[in-house]
Amino acid sequence: MSVTIRESHSIVPPDPKLDKWERLGLLILGIGLALLFGSLFNIYNGNLKPVMLVVTMIAIFAGGLIYGLRTHLIKKPGIQNNNIMTASVSSRGAIGWMIGVILTTLYCIYYWKADWLSGMTQLFDPLSQAIRNKPSDQWFMYGTFYTMGVLIMGVKAIAKYRHSRYQTIRTSSIVFFQLIMAYTLPYFMSRLYNLEYYPTYFWPLSYKVLFPGEEVKTLLASKHEILAMCMLGWSLIATFIATPFLTYFLGKRWYCSWVCGCGGLANTVGDSWRQLSSKTVKAWKYERVTIYSVLIFVIVTTGLLWVFHVTQAESLKGFSGGLAKVYGFLIGSIMSGVIGTGFYPLLGTRIWCRFACPMAAILGIVQRFKSRFRITTNGGQCISCGNCSTYCEMGIDVRWYAQRGQDIKRASCVGCGICSAVCPRGVLSLENGPTDQREEYQIDLLGGMKARQLEQKTNQTK
Amino acid sequence: MHPIIIIGNGIAGVTAAREIRKRNVEIPILIVSGETDHHFSRTALMYIFMGHMNYKDTKPYEDHFWKENRLDLKRAWVEKIEHESNRIIFQGGEAMEYSDLILAVGSTPNKFGWPGQDLPGVQGLYSKQDLDELEKNAVGAKHAVIAGGGLIGIEMAEMLITRGIGVSFLVREKKFWGSVIPEEEAKMIEEHIHEHHVDLRMGDELDSIHAGDDGKVSHIITKTGEKIDCAIVGLTAGVRPNIDWIKEGSEVETDRGILVDNHFKTNLPNVWSIGDCTQMRTPPEGRRPIEAVWYVGKIQGAFVAANICGDTLDYDPGIWWNSAKFFDIEYQTYGTVLPTPQEGEKTFFWKAPDKHITVRINYRESDLAVTGVNVFGVRHRHQVWEKWLSDEAKITDVLSELGAANFDPEFFKQYEDEIIEHWNQENSQQVTKTLGKGLFSSLLGKLNTFKAK
Repeated sequence: MSVTIRESHSIVPPDPKLDKWERLGLLILGIGLALLFGSLFNIYNGNLKPVMLVVTMIAIFAGGLIYGLRTHLIKKPGIQNNNIMTASVSSRGAIGWMIGVILTTLYCIYYWKADWLSGMTQLFDPLSQAIRNKPSDQWFMYGTFYTMGVLIMGVKAIAKYRHSRYQTIRTSSIVFFQLIMAYTLPYFMSRLYNLEYYPTYFWPLSYKVLFPGEEVKTLLASKHEILAMCMLGWSLIATFIATPFLTYFLGKRWYCSWVCGCGGLANTVGDSWRQLSSKTVKAWKYERVTIYSVLIFVIVTTGLLWVFHVTQAESLKGFSGGLAKVYGFLIGSIMSGVIGTGFYPLLGTRIWCRFACPMAAILGIVQRFKSRFRITTNGGQCISCGNCSTYCEMGIDVRWYAQRGQDIKRASCVGCGICSAVCPRGVLSLENGPTDQREEYQIDLLGGMKARQLEQKTNQTK
Repeated sequence: MHPIIIIGNGIAGVTAAREIRKRNVEIPILIVSGETDHHFSRTALMYIFMGHMNYKDTKPYEDHFWKENRLDLKRAWVEKIEHESNRIIFQGGEAMEYSDLILAVGSTPNKFGWPGQDLPGVQGLYSKQDLDELEKNAVGAKHAVIAGGGLIGIEMAEMLITRGIGVSFLVREKKFWGSVIPEEEAKMIEEHIHEHHVDLRMGDELDSIHAGDDGKVSHIITKTGEKIDCAIVGLTAGVRPNIDWIKEGSEVETDRGILVDNHFKTNLPNVWSIGDCTQMRTPPEGRRPIEAVWYVGKIQGAFVAANICGDTLDYDPGIWWNSAKFFDIEYQTYGTVLPTPQEGEKTFFWKAPDKHITVRINYRESDLAVTGVNVFGVRHRHQVWEKWLSDEAKITDVLSELGAANFDPEFFKQYEDEIIEHWNQENSQQVTKTLGKGLFSSLLGKLNTFKAK
């Protein structure tokens, strides 16, 4: 039998390299960043300044959004983790290190050499005048960058995870809280009432709101008494009532991955680096020491400051003031900024949240011991592939539990839900239903109903 | 005391080792593997190639785990079993004595004698070595042909596409994975494969593989006479027990796999066999004699551990379940769903319009008892289905409480209402929803009961 040989005409798969739209987006973004860099040298003067600010902002937004949307929307809805472990930017390659060094350097300059950035700071004068009715300063510029990052990369994250409604809703929430509650609202308040207050940052994360220092004094001295009292009241309620109550019902995720700006930055700007967190038992041990040390540190400092404030004991003045300074330097600056964000491309995104955030420590204690929240596992369906552990930004070895069919109740879990999203076999689900309905089911031994019978049998024989 | 030696560090062997250790803290255990130093998840090989994970991420236990649990590891290939002296002989001649020997040596890709099947660039995908070879073969490759439409075939297609390598996918059956899943689901998967730019050829087969001037594969010819240029040929027409060396180097009785009784004993004293390489002499009712599935390996590992440690337990794997992912579509199954319903069985099928989401429930015509479920694009709870299946719950009751089985993440669209409506249109016995998924609907449910009172 003879066969006719025909040439094939096959379908061409998408090229994994950047396409022209992605390259265009990156080019425009690059132009925006170059213009920003140029402002350091005070070359945009007079009327040029507002024009350059608008051009720079548009270039950063447009470039970032063109790239961010294009790169995910050309792919079908679903998990888009291809080549994460090989791409230089996301696998501690040259680009990753470069970004890490730049971020770390920027944070150091911000905290300690802000005058080097005066040209760039002044570029933001027109925006600051428009929003706050006063000239820009380093922290206004920082807040603007931060919010832009969360906004642009938040849109990118929504495109990336568009197949998961949990992720799109959650990401929208963190973008909203950053843009409105942690940027627009505080600056308008400062314009209208001369009170700059951040309603979504509570003690002990924002430690100064309950230190008997400048912030509280400003509130107490304000002529808008009712508003100031509301703010002070909210600080107390948020820390001591809302936090335990909401965490009991929802787990710490209500704050850490729905509201908090630190978590917001991690889950938007930092999303490509979430897999870099260490999953070792060693890291877990280390984390427990550091995070609870910071918590004790901030409690002791706050307590001593108040004792001094009330008693006016001179012996305490220097000590408690010094303690507050050390805390501000070590924890407020080094840990949360320089390492916490600067090291994103090297150690993963939630370094601050995992190793140092005292707010996360409190939320975690509630979550671990008195909360309905847990990640449940789906019987025997786990194939131990490791996607859940790999993409856990908090470094939880999720698979350890999943392959045993055991619920996950860990103090550090921020409930981002990515483990559930990346699981190829539908094993993980974030739940906060009543815990009395929770089925204590261990697939540990053998699949099927017989497993439990066998386990009972072996237990009896022992 | 001589150790229990386990040959193979896959999920079956490692589960056996862990379960023996749980029951007996004293006995020395040695796990031998020629493939890798440590246990890794074979099902995750594809994710390494696609850059989702590194090899180290696929290891379910950190390297210090083995020492802490006194599970000794040895990297070597075994050549012979001398059962008279209770010894295994490694390549190179070293011998070791065992108290018990567990064979958990896994599978190897099927080859059906195609001309050119051993050319460079032609390969299966089962072991870590296969993955390393694919890495090499993928360098500079523009096009690949995959022959055989099972789970490994579609995984390999997904893997190669991520490197921009075009894939022609030859599937002998008329419907994709048609020996396992019903037509409607198969059709949906075929559509989805096309969406991912794979050149899917249903009803076509590999005829011969040809080399170019460099000696490497250059093209294949299909049974229908088509020539397809390619630098890689993936042979994914299933796997078979990896027992060639056992047939040659031992007196273990084999057929297609290593023959065992329902305690996983082979014909030789103190020699056991579990996992992919194992063939049950009398498989449990409704089960196949060889089941090369992750979950089965895990269950068998636990059973052999019980039997070795003195609890004589007949193999009873319980209700069948399995899962897979076809590109972006997740699949789960509980109970038995054959491509066409069995005698006396009916099937209820629902598909979300314009979405890759389906639910199929099979049930007995006589008493409406559910016998199996297939879900695509939606997650269902293992525990709930296991209970429904073992209780032989009626499909009407199952449908009214279907939300209890929903395991999708929060805020995902729930389809229970549409599913019930579809049933009610097709059947005279009407169903009303009594239970939805989650806290909100359980509160609503309580409210409704309250109203009814």
